[in-house]
Amino acid sequence: MGKIDTRQGWISLLAKAPAGALARRWAALGLSPGFTWLRAPEIGGVMVRGRMGATGAPFNLGEMTVTRCALRLEGGAVGHAYVQGRDKAKAEQAALLDALMQTDAAAEVREKVLEPLAAELEAAAATRAAKAAATKVAFFTMVRGED
Amino acid sequence: MYVAVKGGERAIDNAHSWLAEERRGDTAIAELSVGQIREQLALAVNRVMAEGSLYDPDLAALAIKQARGDLIEAIFLIRAYRTTLPRIGHSRPLGTGAMACDRRISATFKDAPGGQVLGPTFDYTHRLLEFRLAADGAVPPTAEAEPQQGPVPHITGFLNRDGLIEEETASDEPPRDLTREPLEFPASRALRLQALARGDEGFVLSMAYSTQRGYGRNHPFVGELRVGQVAVEMDIPELGFAVEIGEITLTECETVNQFKGSKTEPPQFTRGYGLTLGHTERKAISMALVDRALRWKELGEDNVGAPAQDEEFVLSHADNIQATGFLEHIKLPHYVDFQSELELVRKLRAEAGQAGEART
Repeated sequence: MGKIDTRQGWISLLAKAPAGALARRWAALGLSPGFTWLRAPEIGGVMVRGRMGATGAPFNLGEMTVTRCALRLEGGAVGHAYVQGRDKAKAEQAALLDALMQTDAAAEVREKVLEPLAAELEAAAATRAAKAAATKVAFFTMVRGED
Repeated sequence: MYVAVKGGERAIDNAHSWLAEERRGDTAIAELSVGQIREQLALAVNRVMAEGSLYDPDLAALAIKQARGDLIEAIFLIRAYRTTLPRIGHSRPLGTGAMACDRRISATFKDAPGGQVLGPTFDYTHRLLEFRLAADGAVPPTAEAEPQQGPVPHITGFLNRDGLIEEETASDEPPRDLTREPLEFPASRALRLQALARGDEGFVLSMAYSTQRGYGRNHPFVGELRVGQVAVEMDIPELGFAVEIGEITLTECETVNQFKGSKTEPPQFTRGYGLTLGHTERKAISMALVDRALRWKELGEDNVGAPAQDEEFVLSHADNIQATGFLEHIKLPHYVDFQSELELVRKLRAEAGQAGEART
């Protein structure tokens, strides 16, 4: 779970978490901190870039939808979210969790939200990887001719 | 002459409400949900995302439903929506080397490190209709095996080590963006790749096929084809560092092509590159072949006059929304234009008639 130890890590995790899973964990946390918007949830596009030949110069591949927002808790902590898709509720939850991770609630958020979400994502990725591994070709050579 | 242009409003309204009814079809049959389209027609969704040039499976599924399954119409809807979005920024260039591969095959190396991973492919199916699908949707569980550890290395990396293949020039030069400025010729390779990535699958496929049939042949091998998930990273100014903002499915194809060498380069393999949003492998392979064909000038090859070598021809005709916009507009009222043509033909006929009478 090393990835969620940094702010970069938990913001990334919250962005990649499925909206349904995040909403469930958020509800289970049972917190409803007061906050003010610094930037209300806004839907926009981010141009995704690739590299020629995977390693060369960059080029514009196409866009993806992203929702971003920023807020300040009553205690002063500021939370940011940049999440794939057009789900404003997900962006709000992600920003609130980012802010809460900078407060005394951090340990509880880590235990009840971040760690289970990270485990869910890892399990989902491991299942896909296991299915892929089962389709790996095992070549064998037929011995033919004399000797 | 003035031609009346008013009076169509009621007809248009009624046409649209009939369209909605026809879209729904027989109400005795359950309505298709956007979620069903997203999950069960995923490759149509992927095509709409790739050519709509916007990664959002829910929106692409909605567009397919609204367009009654007409994918070019769905792509049109996505392109129109895209223009309404404020541009938040751009990602860091994707690291496809770190892709969580669902599928990864090489036609050049049987024993490539990482192996030949077939993934959920139509290859090797018998292309016989499965009537079972018409009866019930139950599927047997998928087999699982011990997952491979660590990222799967790119095949071209191995050839690179021996100097047998041209090196991609590393650069961080910001690429130009054809959604922000008109395409001009000659175009950079970055602009060509952007245009091909959003180009019509059928058009890019046909262009690629033409090179295989001999119109600018360049002997491609699929060095590698991979499909899987890649995290998208973006620098966030207010945070002062980069975060992952999501994860997208991509298809990447690297071709390895014959090259006899030039005055400055020894004989070595050259590369074509295809990268597309979603699982869209026919498109990614086609893109790589056309990318390679368009590189004739920088590689010092002959222009044999093949259509796939002509970047102005390829890039000006690859976009199906531009194409269909211009094509389909001719079915809309041209009463005034046609009236003037009619006048002209009548006048010419009258003149020709008079000239004929004068000769006799």
